[in-house]
Amino acid sequence: MINSNKATVTVGLASCGIAAGAQKVYDAFKESLEGLSVQLDFSGCMGMCYKEPLVEVKVEGQQFIYGKVQPEQVKRIVEEHLQAKKPITEWLVAAEQLETPDKTFLNRQQRILLKNCGVINPETIESYFSVDGYKAIKKALKDMSPEQVIEEIKLSGLRGRGGGGFPTATKWALTRRSPGKDKYVICNADEGDPGAFMDRSVLESNPHSVLEGMLLAGYAMGANNGYIYIRAEYPLAVKRLKLALAEARSKGLLGANILDSSFSFDIQIREGAGAFVCGEETALIMSIEGKRGMPRIRPPFPSEAGLWGKPTSINNVETFANVPWIILNGANSFNQYGTETSKGTKVFALAGNIARGGLIEVPMGITINEIVYDIGGGLASGKKLKAVQTGGPSGGCIPASLSDTPVDYESLRKIGAIMGSGGMLIMDESTCMVDMAKFFLNFTQEESCGKCTFCRIGTKRMLEILERITQGEGQREILNSWRN
Amino acid sequence: MKTASQLSKHTSSSPLAIIDQIVRDHNLDEGSAIVILQQIQAAFGYVGKPMLERVSQLTGIPASVLYSIVTFYTQFRLEPVGENFIQVCHGTACHLAGAERISEVLQQETGVPEGKTSADGKFTVKKVACLGCCSLGPVVTVNEETFARVTPDKARQMIKEKRASCQCGHSNAEEVATID
Repeated sequence: MINSNKATVTVGLASCGIAAGAQKVYDAFKESLEGLSVQLDFSGCMGMCYKEPLVEVKVEGQQFIYGKVQPEQVKRIVEEHLQAKKPITEWLVAAEQLETPDKTFLNRQQRILLKNCGVINPETIESYFSVDGYKAIKKALKDMSPEQVIEEIKLSGLRGRGGGGFPTATKWALTRRSPGKDKYVICNADEGDPGAFMDRSVLESNPHSVLEGMLLAGYAMGANNGYIYIRAEYPLAVKRLKLALAEARSKGLLGANILDSSFSFDIQIREGAGAFVCGEETALIMSIEGKRGMPRIRPPFPSEAGLWGKPTSINNVETFANVPWIILNGANSFNQYGTETSKGTKVFALAGNIARGGLIEVPMGITINEIVYDIGGGLASGKKLKAVQTGGPSGGCIPASLSDTPVDYESLRKIGAIMGSGGMLIMDESTCMVDMAKFFLNFTQEESCGKCTFCRIGTKRMLEILERITQGEGQREILNSWRN
Repeated sequence: MKTASQLSKHTSSSPLAIIDQIVRDHNLDEGSAIVILQQIQAAFGYVGKPMLERVSQLTGIPASVLYSIVTFYTQFRLEPVGENFIQVCHGTACHLAGAERISEVLQQETGVPEGKTSADGKFTVKKVACLGCCSLGPVVTVNEETFARVTPDKARQMIKEKRASCQCGHSNAEEVATID
């Protein structure tokens, strides 16, 4: 799609970038580049949120990334770099021959899933084709049986990236085995944890990778229908998904007899209406069915009786996005990363009090310290680390004393936290942990659907206790009862 | 999602006709209640009780069930919103970055309590859970526009500017008022 001889300018246009003013930068380039032999394009999220808006300039095959670009700077970049071929070193955040602190942000990561995020144009299918897009589904339909697809995923060790960590292949195999002709694949894009934006970024930057993952899941399970349940708070991701669906349909990659095979599959989008609890799979199903999203007791699990009572597999955005890569590169390329029980990489949204916040992908087993200091560059305030919050409001705050804990499902659970979907918030010593606990309880009691007593009344009572403490009316007996 | 003006092109401008059209587009789909309500809100800016009753008549879904849906999901609004619909992100990152203070300032400047609309119809201020721009907190959105790294001063300035300029886009809001 891009002529390699021609100089290119690519502006990162994901939500974060746009919020930081990237659209204005793009428009400024459009104006300044008129009449010049330079191709202007846009991509999704390049990951370095702390340097948004980001602009990639490619001249004679060499890549340069400018950060915190303002519209006023565009003219100089065009004149000096694109015309006079002299990069403006003081504005660069990364370039091949340049040593910058931002380089460690990139070098310490292992980008498999995010490899093409911030590189390809998320609004054209050709751009996805140019990075081997839809080759995995072609390969599967041509050379692999559904059982072989499940086997490959099993060998890869892929576990649910929504936070639960359930083996993906097991879920698919159970759904495949369930009797019945109608089966459903659901993509959970209801990224409700505050502080988490991995799924939004992936959907805004590489939506086709998720669609291809769902196609492979449908083929593996014998399902013909898919739903993407996405938060309505993500309008850009919804827009790009709709474009991707339309393009995939026009290329015969969705619909009846995909790529002239006997496999038919189509996907619908359902926008969530704002309910944290709908991230839970049975509540999510209720919501797609047009009801109040209230969870129900399992069993039966969705793999037996899910959407409309039919066998259903619900997987997270990141899980699906991993699947095409695994099928194309083989299970062993994936499971070479990670620990004994947690294979592959994990995407995190690094935010809070951190010098270099953004979207990162790391091999499982990396320690929290490595993420905070090597990738994140330490705390933004320069103060001491107090805690790292993972797993959203129902997750945990990992104290600084445990920050050498490796990031994998088991190690995090052992210290009382959870992997969660990938939100990672850094707090410095000035953060009040009682206030944080109150913040989270305020959130969970507001979002409680009210069905079960423990949650409906329990969260309210706990919040009241914390409110009393923060108002100087705490009771010592309560602390004692917590200790017991 | 279709906007009011897009929908009006296909139907008469009568609010009830717009609702009828939306329901007709979906009536046969299983589980489309939420989608119908979302499209009604996209067309009118809110979902009022008379609208629920109309949907109920057309679909056979009891109005009480529809009411239970719109009160369950935070996206639905039962009253019209102001010309400037301001959402203040209260995700964890924004909380750490001082979102509470931004909400206070916005309430002071607009004179509107949380979730309510000012008497002149200019502002609605609402807290929302994470908008997903966690590296840029505190984040505030005004209608379609997103503001990053908002400070109390920036928030005050923003309200002043919005108060000065009127870009009323709720042409349908007045018409709908007639069926309330």
